[in-house]
Amino acid sequence: MSEQPATADLGTRVMEVIAKTQRIALESISIDSTFEQLKIDSLDGINIVFALENEFGINIPDEGVQSMRSIGETVEGVRKLLALKAVESEDRPV
Amino acid sequence: MNRVAVTGLGLVCGLGNNVAECWNKLASGICGILPLSDPGSPPYKFARGAQANAFEPLDYFTEKDLLLLERFAQLAAVAAREAVAQSGLTFAGELADRSAVITGSSIGGQFSEEDGYIRLYREKNPRIAPLTIPRTMSNAGASRISLEFGIHGPVYTVSTACSSSNHALGQAFSLVRGGQAIAAIAGGSEAVFAEGLLRAWEAMRVVSPDVCRPFSVDRRGLSLGEGAGMLVLENWDHAEARGIPILGEIIGFGMSSDAHHITQPCVDGPAKSMQWALKDAGLAAERVDYINAHGTGTQANDLIESQAIRLIFGAHADRLPVSSTKSMHGHTLGAAGAIEAIATLLTLRNGIIPPTVNFTSADPGCALDVVPNKARPATLQFALSNTFAFGGLNASLVFQR
Repeated sequence: MSEQPATADLGTRVMEVIAKTQRIALESISIDSTFEQLKIDSLDGINIVFALENEFGINIPDEGVQSMRSIGETVEGVRKLLALKAVESEDRPV
Repeated sequence: MNRVAVTGLGLVCGLGNNVAECWNKLASGICGILPLSDPGSPPYKFARGAQANAFEPLDYFTEKDLLLLERFAQLAAVAAREAVAQSGLTFAGELADRSAVITGSSIGGQFSEEDGYIRLYREKNPRIAPLTIPRTMSNAGASRISLEFGIHGPVYTVSTACSSSNHALGQAFSLVRGGQAIAAIAGGSEAVFAEGLLRAWEAMRVVSPDVCRPFSVDRRGLSLGEGAGMLVLENWDHAEARGIPILGEIIGFGMSSDAHHITQPCVDGPAKSMQWALKDAGLAAERVDYINAHGTGTQANDLIESQAIRLIFGAHADRLPVSSTKSMHGHTLGAAGAIEAIATLLTLRNGIIPPTVNFTSADPGCALDVVPNKARPATLQFALSNTFAFGGLNASLVFQR
């Protein structure tokens, strides 16, 4: 069985990555924040995606990036990719 | 044709973080070529350089700004801030649309590139930092300046090795003189203390093991330096109408290409560059009171430059002070012309000729008055500043007090 982080923990980790990348306080971010509210532009987005890929060992496809416009959507996207990664590693023949 | 006033100066280099700090040291003959903060492992064959160690990026930028700005772009922006503040210009309306930013840089953002190669080739990690492209582009400094001041006119960067910023200043001079721009922020910046680049210079065997000694018989090469110089050039009538102090005037620009050899200099190219600059200024050679030499401290440059000066100035060369301020701020490559343009303007303005320091004994091949080791008071009206680049590219500017 792979370890599947609870959504709350995952949300915190995603917000920590975003806070660090954006040089903003973690307290200024909530799960309901949109990128627009946080003044995250497309260039910031590229940095955040890079940092999330490193943090979670996932590969975020370009089309996935476009659907991440809020913290909630980002957490959801990362959760799906982690689940996919878990399935792939279980499917791998020994 | 419009007259071109200089109304702002900005400078960061191994001598200090602003014009006043740097000028005080230039006028006192203080050498900023000091032991390297990281001597390399194994040690570089040169132990010194003119590093801008007092420059602390966080004093000028937020952490988030710095994600997008390599050191050479930071230096450019900080020098531009000082120059614009002195000029008192605010860029809005027609002035914003008809002002230019033209910078010079020989290498652009070297650090991110080297970091990327370390990841890629040493760590076998194909994931390169995502902002590598906008950080390394040679126009990063020019674009940052344009963004900071809201300048919408011609903005670009010239890359011609050690002549980059004289070419940039010459371009800006032409735009303002010809009426295509009302004002221009022009100059150059360079951040050279990146390991890969230092190893490449080491391999060229042109860097002095200790300090550079321009025009000295025992000179053993150049000393590298980092920094930025920026000037605000402004339509003379526009500057005069604002009633602000005019710091000096650019009156001529000349350039030439040796078409001789990629690195070996020849007399003809530098001579023509100076000759065209004087012709452009409408100035007889005998009227020039001071030359800020390219004066790198390599055997070849100083010999050839001396011969070229002799060729153009004839007997007047016996009475003409020629100094190399590179002996204090090092060779800042793409920033050299701009830093030396500022030194030249302040020489005229303040009536003090900065010396060629580290000078030990005269080279009969460089029989010029190189103002050895000690600054000299003088009354001066006209001066010329040279840059000669690898690739055989020469550019000279003429200034009037």
